[in-house]
Amino acid sequence: MLGQIFVLLCLSSAWAQQLCMPEASDGYKVRLSINTALGDQAYVWNENEMFLFRATLAFAMRSYSGGQDYNVSNIVVCAETPRVSFWFVVTAPLNSSRLIDRSDVEEAVRKSRNRINSAFLLTDRSLEFIGIPPILTAPVTPDTPQWLIVFGVVMGAVGAGIVVLLVTSVVEKKRKKNKKSGDEDIEEEPREKTEGNGFARDGVYNMSFSDDDPVTQM
Amino acid sequence: MRLVFPNPGLDDRIPSHEDLDRMEKEGAGDRPKWDNKIQYILTCMGFCIGLSNVWRFPYLCQSHGGGAFLIPYLLLLVLEGMPLVLLEFAIGQRLRKGSVGVWRAINPYLTGVGIASMLISLLVGLYYNTLVAWILWYLFNSFQDPLPWTQCPLNDNGTGFVPECQRSSTLDYYFYRVTLNSSASIDDSGGIHWPVVLCLLAAWTFLSVCYIRGIGTSGKAMYVTAILPYIVLAIFLVRGLTLKGSLSGIKFLFTPDVDELIKATTWLDAGAQVFYAFGLGMGSLISFSSYNPVHNNCVQDAVILTVITGFTPIYAATVTYSIIGFRATEKYDNCINDNIMTLLNTFDLPEDNITTSNYEAALNHLNSSYPDTVLGLDIKTCDMQTLLSEGVEGTGLAFIVFTEAINQMPGSPVWSVLFFVMLLCLGFSSMFGYIEGVVVPLKDLNILPQKWPQEALTGVTCAVAFIICVLFAQHSGMYWVTLFDNFAGSVPLLTIGLFETIAVVYIYGIDRFNEDVEFMVGHKPSIVWQVAWRFTCPLTILVILVFYLVTQVQEELTYLVWDPNYEEFPSLALVPYPSWINVIIFLLAGVPSLAVPVYALCRLFCNCCKKTIVSEKS
Repeated sequence: MLGQIFVLLCLSSAWAQQLCMPEASDGYKVRLSINTALGDQAYVWNENEMFLFRATLAFAMRSYSGGQDYNVSNIVVCAETPRVSFWFVVTAPLNSSRLIDRSDVEEAVRKSRNRINSAFLLTDRSLEFIGIPPILTAPVTPDTPQWLIVFGVVMGAVGAGIVVLLVTSVVEKKRKKNKKSGDEDIEEEPREKTEGNGFARDGVYNMSFSDDDPVTQM
Repeated sequence: MRLVFPNPGLDDRIPSHEDLDRMEKEGAGDRPKWDNKIQYILTCMGFCIGLSNVWRFPYLCQSHGGGAFLIPYLLLLVLEGMPLVLLEFAIGQRLRKGSVGVWRAINPYLTGVGIASMLISLLVGLYYNTLVAWILWYLFNSFQDPLPWTQCPLNDNGTGFVPECQRSSTLDYYFYRVTLNSSASIDDSGGIHWPVVLCLLAAWTFLSVCYIRGIGTSGKAMYVTAILPYIVLAIFLVRGLTLKGSLSGIKFLFTPDVDELIKATTWLDAGAQVFYAFGLGMGSLISFSSYNPVHNNCVQDAVILTVITGFTPIYAATVTYSIIGFRATEKYDNCINDNIMTLLNTFDLPEDNITTSNYEAALNHLNSSYPDTVLGLDIKTCDMQTLLSEGVEGTGLAFIVFTEAINQMPGSPVWSVLFFVMLLCLGFSSMFGYIEGVVVPLKDLNILPQKWPQEALTGVTCAVAFIICVLFAQHSGMYWVTLFDNFAGSVPLLTIGLFETIAVVYIYGIDRFNEDVEFMVGHKPSIVWQVAWRFTCPLTILVILVFYLVTQVQEELTYLVWDPNYEEFPSLALVPYPSWINVIIFLLAGVPSLAVPVYALCRLFCNCCKKTIVSEKS
């Protein structure tokens, strides 16, 4: 009796191994690059890690299929290499000789990819499912492009600068005009007084002949 | 030898020494003045130190024998550059006018030299401000994390990246597609790319604000734009030296190859670089020094400017190559790691089996054991020298190589902002010189009325220039910029430089010029200057000019395009120019160069006509 059970078990595991082989049509190759990803904090790949992998994958199948009872035994692994790469196939929960379709496995993995990655502290690049491309995240684009905001700020500052500079120059020009008309009234008196001594100098500065300075007087 | 062409009426056209002293004492000035000497030096320095110091000199240095290139560069700086700078400073300070006024005063037939300077300043200013607009675009986009040039956009169904980006790189894509939206040839104008138009608007408006009252406002802006680049370069130097691989970049730059000194092209490139670095022939240095007090020591200024223009490119090159070295090392490491991963994956070896230290040995072993498999793997050759020499000139350096290096530094938005602010300052400080070289001659020629206030002059010039610059906002804009860069700013400047030297030495008279310098500074220029002005400088410029003309005429006119359909994409394709480009090249290079003889001939013709009319009447 015991012998028969033993033979049955061996046969079933052998049968399962028959289902899983490299280049299996319904299987996927998995490759882990633990050392590259984690460096000093890398863990050693052993039987326990493999068990975790099979459990995570069973979890993924369960979430995808909406509660069907997938177990660790439904995930069959073979062809392990020192690289840490291996093939796996998924068998149906009730009928262990039937393999789950490739596309279903792919969808299940895609859906729970994040959870599988975080279980191993890895990323899409270091835990590769050969044949299942990682989901690409589009770059985040806010509604107003950032650069327009900065552009608006800069142009606003520049515009304000122009207005300030123009206004100050107009104000200065007005002030100078007032000062000049005020000065001319004052100038009239001493000029009459100094006319007598004027011969010693080259000539008297006649304000009305000086250039009406453009605003850029330094 | 006192060869001087007859120049009647010169004394009537220029103020005498006594006039100058009197004007100085009375302070009679509708002419603007510098607030202080520092502003003047900073303005000249800012004008000379431009974008080419960061992205042209390092490339020249490295490709012409590294440390050995410094010998022809520094030698020609002192023998060719410094005398010409003093020439422009002294003549401006003595005659107290902008470029058109100075040449008109020396001899009315020479006004063409001033007109040519103005045209060149205008053409160079137009494309230079477009470069500033591109820098502004990158600066505006640096205020976000992650930077937009680190990621490729997804294609329509979200399954992969846009093929153009996938095949080249995120940085190439961002520059050629997002920023410029380049078409594949200069023929194909393809419409206006509005982000570039907005950035051009920002650039010209900012320039007009800073120059709104002439040197009064731009002089103050120079305190920032002339000094900030040095500070930022120092920050980058410190950052660069702490990065892995920076020293290999610096070593690559300065490793001397003495054989290069024997080649003529090295010396000619050095001479041309010295000439363009000082901005000689643009008329801006003459304008700037005309605002100085009469007895300002222009000899000392010329020496100071030469020292700064000699030291700064070397400093900038060191910083640039430390960053380039870092980037090249990163790319090299990535290349090796990719190859290692490929080998590990193919042969299913444990990860620790092949490391960077035993990569070569492992590769050889695998190649000998399984040659077919290894051949089929397409292992890339990782060559440090190639990586160090790629894309290290011009816009490629700033927008592709440097941004890639910044991407790999922690805190990249900060570094990006710093870098582009520095480039912006370098660009704007040179633009102040170009716009001075345009506005002042326009006023002197009465094209813009003399009565207008400076604000109106600046505003009108910037507005018109902005409208012309929209040409560079087309999809083919980059090719136009390159065209302008190659033809507007090269041969005509050399021609004008030659005319300037001949005009001052042989038409104004070297004796009179020596007396002027003695009057202004207090001592006569030494024999070294004399020899330089009379023989060395004109001869050097003539040799460089002839060489350039000969090489240009012999070469087929080609340019590089960004063409996704090219077989060797993402390399730029070398395409011949269309035939109508010859007209454009003539306008860019020929018209300024010919302005001198054409104006002289026109004036001669007009005078002859007037004389015949007068004699007929009498």
